[in-house]
Formats: sequence, C-alpha cells, structure tokens
Amino acid sequence: MSTAETKPPKATPPPKATPPENKEPPVPAFEKSYIDQITNHFSDDIEIEYIKENRTKLNVKKEKIIDIAKFIKDNTPFDHAESVTGVDFPEEKEIGVTYHLGSYTDDTYSKQVLALATRVPREESPNPGNDSTKLPSLRDMFYSVEFHEREVFEMLGVYFEGHPDNRRLLLPEDWADLPPLRKDFKNKGR
Amino acid sequence: MTEVIPTKQMPPGLQVENVDDRIMTLNVGPQHPGSGHMRIIVKIDGDYIVSADPDPGYVHRGEEKMAESRNYITNIPHLERPVIHDSCNILYPYVLGVEELVGIEVPERAKYVRVIAAELNRCIYIQYWLAIYGIFLGHSTMFMWPAGDRELLIDLMEKITGARVTHAYFIPGGVRNDVPSNFEDVCLRQVNYFEKRIKEYADIFYDNPILKARTEDTGVLSREDAIRLGTTGSVLRASGVDYDLRIKEPYDVYDELDVHTNVLKAGDSYARSKVPWLDMLESCNIIRQALEKMPKSGSVRTKLKPNPKGGEGEVYRRVESGRGSAGCHIISKSKPEPYRLKLSVSSFRNLIALPYLLKGEKLGNMPAVYWSLNYWPVEADR
Amino acid sequence: MLKELVTPQNANVFVGKLGDILYKAVDQPLGMAINWGRMWSLWPVHIETACCSVEFGAASSPRYDVERFGIIEAFGSLRQCDLVVVQGTITRKMAPRLRLVYDQMPEPKYVIAMGACAITGGLYFDSYNVLPGIDGILPVDVYVPGCPPRPETLIQGCMLLQEKIKRMKAR
Repeated sequence: MSTAETKPPKATPPPKATPPENKEPPVPAFEKSYIDQITNHFSDDIEIEYIKENRTKLNVKKEKIIDIAKFIKDNTPFDHAESVTGVDFPEEKEIGVTYHLGSYTDDTYSKQVLALATRVPREESPNPGNDSTKLPSLRDMFYSVEFHEREVFEMLGVYFEGHPDNRRLLLPEDWADLPPLRKDFKNKGR
Repeated sequence: MTEVIPTKQMPPGLQVENVDDRIMTLNVGPQHPGSGHMRIIVKIDGDYIVSADPDPGYVHRGEEKMAESRNYITNIPHLERPVIHDSCNILYPYVLGVEELVGIEVPERAKYVRVIAAELNRCIYIQYWLAIYGIFLGHSTMFMWPAGDRELLIDLMEKITGARVTHAYFIPGGVRNDVPSNFEDVCLRQVNYFEKRIKEYADIFYDNPILKARTEDTGVLSREDAIRLGTTGSVLRASGVDYDLRIKEPYDVYDELDVHTNVLKAGDSYARSKVPWLDMLESCNIIRQALEKMPKSGSVRTKLKPNPKGGEGEVYRRVESGRGSAGCHIISKSKPEPYRLKLSVSSFRNLIALPYLLKGEKLGNMPAVYWSLNYWPVEADR
Repeated sequence: MLKELVTPQNANVFVGKLGDILYKAVDQPLGMAINWGRMWSLWPVHIETACCSVEFGAASSPRYDVERFGIIEAFGSLRQCDLVVVQGTITRKMAPRLRLVYDQMPEPKYVIAMGACAITGGLYFDSYNVLPGIDGILPVDVYVPGCPPRPETLIQGCMLLQEKIKRMKAR
C-alpha cells in the first residue's frame, strides 16, 4: 500500500483502488518514509491521497481514526493539530473533516504538515448532535483541536463524540438555521 | 447550594445555572475596557479565578462562506479585513496558496517587496498591540509612544500602497504596484529612526519595576503545555520553543536573509509581552537586509488571466504573521471560486490557552494575561 | 396703573405672560450654555465592535489627538457616557448587546456610525451574520464613511456632531 499519486491531486478521495505509481514528479523520500511507517501499520484502513513536498494527506475510515491518531501521536513527532477543516460534499452525501497535524519538537519534521482526512455521512435535514453525522473526537490525543472541533460542530453540524462541550462558539445563541458552511445554505443574493 | 429550576426550555447559552453562594460569575465584555470584542465568562472565588470560559464570535462575519461565492481576485479585500493593521501578513498565505494552485511564478523583485511590506506590517501590528497592552495595564505613556511611532511606518506603507491600513497590496503573481522611486532611502531612514525609538521602550516599559511586578510569574505556560495546546507565535516562543516559520519553512526570499528568532524561557506574561518587541527589532534587521539585496529594477507582477481557475486539488500554506502562524487551506474544484477556504489563524489557536492560564490567577491579572496572548478578536472570529 | 391692569380675573393670564417673557429671556442663553457644555465633553462608550476600532485608537494617538476637539478617550462606565461610536460591523450576536449598551446610557446621547459596515453592511453586505447597517437598532446622528475611515474623517464626523449639538434645542 505504499503507492502514491501526485499531480494532479484529487480533492475528493478516489474509490478504493489507488492508481499505480506515477513516474513524474518523483515522490519526496523523507515524506514517503514516515507515511510508510503509518501505512505499514494500518494497511487496509489508510488511503494515501497525495505525497507532495512537505505536505501529505491520508484518507482514513472514521472508525479507525482514533487508533491512527494514537499511533501518529505515539510513534511520530507530530505533536499538535494546527487546524480542522470541515468540507461539505453534497453530491457524495458526505462531509469531510481534515486535521492538519504539525510538529514543534522535531527539527526535521517542523516543515511537515500531515493532513488526516475522514468522511462522515451527511443528512439532508440536519439535526446537529442527534443524527448520524458523528465523529469520534481527537481531543484526547491532540488537545489543541478542542475549539476547532467546536467550530466544525456549529458550522457543519458534525457532532464529536467524547468532546466535553459541544457548544456554540462563534454563531449567535439563537441561530436556528442550517449550519452555515453547508452548501445548501446560501448567502443572500448568491 | 440552591438550585434554580428553569421554568421553560432556554435557548443554548442562556441556561440558568446552579447558584453557589461562594462562586460568583462575572461577565467581562463585550463592553469592557479590558476585553476587546469578546466576552470572557469568569467564575471567581473571592479574588481568584476558578474557571474562565471565552465566548468569542461577536465579530463573526462569515468570511469563509463569503469566499465561496467570490473569485480568487475579489476575495482579496475581504480576506485582509480580519486583521486590518496586519493586512499583508494575513493575506500572505492566501496569495501563496493561489499562486501554487494557479501555477504562476513571482518575479524576484516582487518577492523582496513583499518581504519588506510584510515586515513593516508586522511592526505596525505589534506597535498597536503594545499600545493596547500599555493601556490595559494603566500605563498611558505606553499607549502614546507606540501609537505615535507606528504612524511613521504607516506613512511608509501609505507611500507604497496608498492606504493607511487596508492595503490589499499582495496579489497572486506579485504585488499590485511598484514602490516609489526614492523608496529605499526613505524606508532606510524611517526604519533606522524607528529602531532607535523602540529601543527606548526598554527604559520606560520593559525595565519598569511596576510592569515586572504585574506581569512576571502571572499566567505561566510551561514548554510542554505550550506544545500540547498547540499555541503559536510569540506565545510559543516565550515558552522556550524555537519555532518560527520564517526559518523553519521559509517562503519567498526568507531563506536568503539572515533571520533570528527570539526565544525566552520563562513563559509568563512578561516574556510573552517581550517577545513581540524583540521581533520588531529583528524585523528592522530583516528590512535592512532586504533593502540591500533587493534587485534595483525589474517587474513586480506577473500578469494573471482575468478570471483564474484553480485546477483540481487542495493546498495548505502558512506564514509567520505578527501573531504567529497564519494558515490558509484552499480546496479548489476547477472553478474561478474556491470550493472551500479555511483560515487557520493564530488568534483562534492561542485562544485555547486562555482558560488554562486564567485558572488560579487573580482577577486583577486578567487583562495582563489575556492581552499577552497576542490576541486579536476580529481575527479569531473571522 | 398696575393695580388697574391686574384684576383677580386676569391675574393668571398676566403671570403666564410674565413666565413666557422670562422663559424667552432665559431659554436661549441657557440652551446655548448647556449645548456648549455638551459639545466639548463628549464621552464615547468603550465598545469595540469590529476592525474600525484600530482607526478609532489611532484617532486618540498623539498624531491625531481627538481630545483637543473635546472627544475624550473611550471610557469604561456607561452611566457617564453620552456618545456611541459604532466602530464597524455589527453582527447578529453583537446587535442585542449594542442596543443594551445604548439603553443603559443616560439622556442625551448621540450615535456616530463609523465605517461602511456600520452604515450599510459594507463589504459584508451578503454575509449571513452581519446586519445591513445599524439604522434598524440605533438612531444615528452622523455617518462617517470609509473602510476604515481615516482618523481625520472620524474627527470631521465628531466636529459635525458638535455642530449638530450646537443647533439642537437643549432639553
């Protein structure tokens, strides 16, 4: 499973079969080495989306994200999460959540950003917290995701199980509309 | 302990809580001289803070949603509004990201101009932050000095870009216009004078025993916790972690310049307030080096197609802004507009340290700890 | 002669007329004095709502020094303030708080809408969380355009407000 596709990278994860290795441009060796370390351990559950210079992205299943995050935390120098991006994909009826992990402690890893992406099912009429749009929280491994996950919860309606307070953070208290970053929520006049 | 039973279902955020006669809840902000545009719900026992719960979002303007309906060029003005006094640095990751997506090269001279503008903007931001920190601590002179001195650099930026604070100067492919003809001399003179001025702050502010008494050993963030909480920028460097993206992941021409970071070990409010000041001195050095190495003539802008399309893919770029790492995650689907744009800003990342640091502090130390986090609420809310 | 003029039947009318004359004599100078006092000591509330507060801060800085026009630097207590400078975007979360701040202030009180966002919504005209101007929640006296307005523009707006106060009927 140590294959890698490079340019052009796909924003949406391809179906199961990863294409054979592209010859151009060459896969950076250092990035490939630590990705291999992770993929060798979880061969079936990880899909490499791209390995570019300093930037790598892994697509993982949502059931396994806790184990993989634990493994990354324990065995690689990635020690904090920089940001959590939630993306809505209405055509595929899924919501993508991407964690960007970085490292402060290790000098060789300080350039690297490892993106850990997963997908959760999306429902047409969201009921945040009570529908199937749920994801285990990574707060135990990467403490810094606390506020980012709260933001994703209110902006896209992804409930994080195991998070101590899934509360509103930025939106007004009386917000009763759809989560605003879903694609079916439109700004006025757009 | 008496319990108040709510008569009806209250909307979230307005729940009636259990009332304890010992613990008092205090709302600091949004109308409070020591809060900025946010609310901190503080629970106090006597004079000591038991817990603090930040409630941001008073300036949440939906920038990320707006970006999805505007094309890559028209996104520029509103994406710099989160930090108008650091507008070059907050725009930097977006511009770098769009350049990577569209695939254009930037002329050499434009890279140097960008670095100079970014460093000038960093100084302008830190001066404003320092002025507010002074007034938070009741030190009026420290409001007047930086607020007056930053006008020097604002004049300089006004000469380049034509606007006082909202420059919209960086565009994908370079910068909007070239610098004026005598810019190098004026810039060097202003920066030298500026450096002389800010060195005097040590006498009145940083060596001031009253300031030291108020800020030393308050809100101590250890090295391990700074890493665990994912803080960034001056907060991280004040806790002894040597991490500066200008060195670790050099963008544009930072790898050709001699950049040093300033790392302090203490991790208290005093160290956090001193690191930005040292950064300003370092910025003056960088500007002088860049002025020397800058190509004297040449293009500053690669022309883009009128409505550039991003291609299929995603990009995550980060730069070191005045507050810390500023990141931009753009997902593109071959349209003129980004499919999703996420700003990973340092103020939002540093906010997580606030409840952690305030726990156990005295209420009077709250402004000293809060503003030392190099926090700008408008940026955190986006 | 006065005795003939003032009879018990028309005494009330006479006293009323005298009152009118006195009121007319005193009203104008007194009103001018009151307005003079009000216009040179405007105390803005310390409420920052968005990024225009940077330029509001710059207006208090040594170069612009708005204090020489009688606009005193932003102050903490609402009960002693008589001016709200709405410094930029009002979001849906901030709007009730802004109205609460305004309601708690004593009369007379004036409002300056600073920046394009406070006037019409500005750049954020299509955002889901931003009010299209503050006219719906506060009565605005002076609009200061710009994004953000330069400190000079803000100072001019304050001077226009002073001009307005000068011509107001003091109550």
